[in-house]
Amino acid sequence: MKTIAFLAIVGDFAEDKDVAASLREKEIRPAIAAGENVILDFAGVTLATQSFVHALISDLLRTQGETVLNNIEFKNCVPGVKGIVETVVQYSLETMGEEAEKKTSLK
Amino acid sequence: MKIHLPNGAHLRNITGFLSDIDASDTSSFELTMHPKWVFVHPAVLALTACAAALVTANGGAFSGVIPKIRSLNYPVRMGLFDYVKLPPPVEIIEHEEAGRFIPLTQIKSTDDLRKAIADLVPLLHAEKEVADPIKYVFSEMVRNVLEHSKSPVGAFVAAQYYAETKRIAIGIADAGIGILEHMRQYHDVKDSKEAITLALQPGITGTTSKIGGTEFNAGAGLFFTKSIASFSKNMFLLYSGDAAYRLMRTAENRPVKLNSVPTEDRHLFPTGLPFWPGTLVGIDINVTQGVEFSDLLNQIRGAYYLDVKRKKDFAHKIKFT
Repeated sequence: MKTIAFLAIVGDFAEDKDVAASLREKEIRPAIAAGENVILDFAGVTLATQSFVHALISDLLRTQGETVLNNIEFKNCVPGVKGIVETVVQYSLETMGEEAEKKTSLK
Repeated sequence: MKIHLPNGAHLRNITGFLSDIDASDTSSFELTMHPKWVFVHPAVLALTACAAALVTANGGAFSGVIPKIRSLNYPVRMGLFDYVKLPPPVEIIEHEEAGRFIPLTQIKSTDDLRKAIADLVPLLHAEKEVADPIKYVFSEMVRNVLEHSKSPVGAFVAAQYYAETKRIAIGIADAGIGILEHMRQYHDVKDSKEAITLALQPGITGTTSKIGGTEFNAGAGLFFTKSIASFSKNMFLLYSGDAAYRLMRTAENRPVKLNSVPTEDRHLFPTGLPFWPGTLVGIDINVTQGVEFSDLLNQIRGAYYLDVKRKKDFAHKIKFT
């Protein structure tokens, strides 16, 4: 079991998506690949941006699908952070796969 | 670069200010203003400072007539004359009440952004319900600028909290490539209006043609920011190139209905405005007693709709403990 406690890393406002992406690639993805479960502990984090949470988990969801949620626990989320996590999980899994790819045009 | 500050320019009536901008020559800066009264939104100050910084970077000259009027206290305190290289009016001696505003701040790197956010709370002396929306919007919009705009002067931000009306006003400006140029990289858009319309839709980003974005960009920042204004029943502005999208207020007695296509919201969308090479974002947020910012963020989830076939609720699969 691997625990990432965000307060010590990003403070009470989780907004630095560079840090989030780095945690994803250096901590979360390798742990899950090794069969470990990961606790994302938001204790003390009072606000998180959608961009932070996206950089943290979206690519894991898109590349591994909803089963990756079995390996991740979101701990101590305040309502705002919980809402952002739910939004990111929802759109990341909705847009998995090639069916979401299309050329956008307003013409 | 010619900018005229009118007697009043806020999100509800900003078109007049935008119509008077002349950004065609970035080798000189001319500032004029109303001779008796100037009271403008932080977005107006952010754009003006950004334009001035661009001219400074080009080694240009500054000119203009600055009237000695009391209302210039505000732009002076906001730091406008740190960027506009003209002497501020000498009569400015009184200070406004502290803790109500974030002065103009130039942000050129993520380190600058981290520092600006860290400085923000002690500067405001405000409760969480006021500080949180400002922190959130600063972070999302400035990161957009730093990642996508190629602005040679970075981003300019400013914010004001009006305690009497419990309204937060925020402005973010850059002098980069603009939304049309950015969106054109992966999307078939012919003008600024089309580019702005696409950029405001959730899941569409200028960094990929895929709905939902990439591992690093979701294409959601502008949609979230617009939604924050909408759910607080206030206004949002996005000006780039020759077009300016403006989300209008929802009446107090009406429920907010948020659409993923911005032109389905109550809005104004003038085109043919003077060309601004970068992007200007303005947002007003009502702070309601007892309503936390997190409540606004939660409401956005229900409105976040992507144009994809698959629709299934995954929320119950998330392990929250």
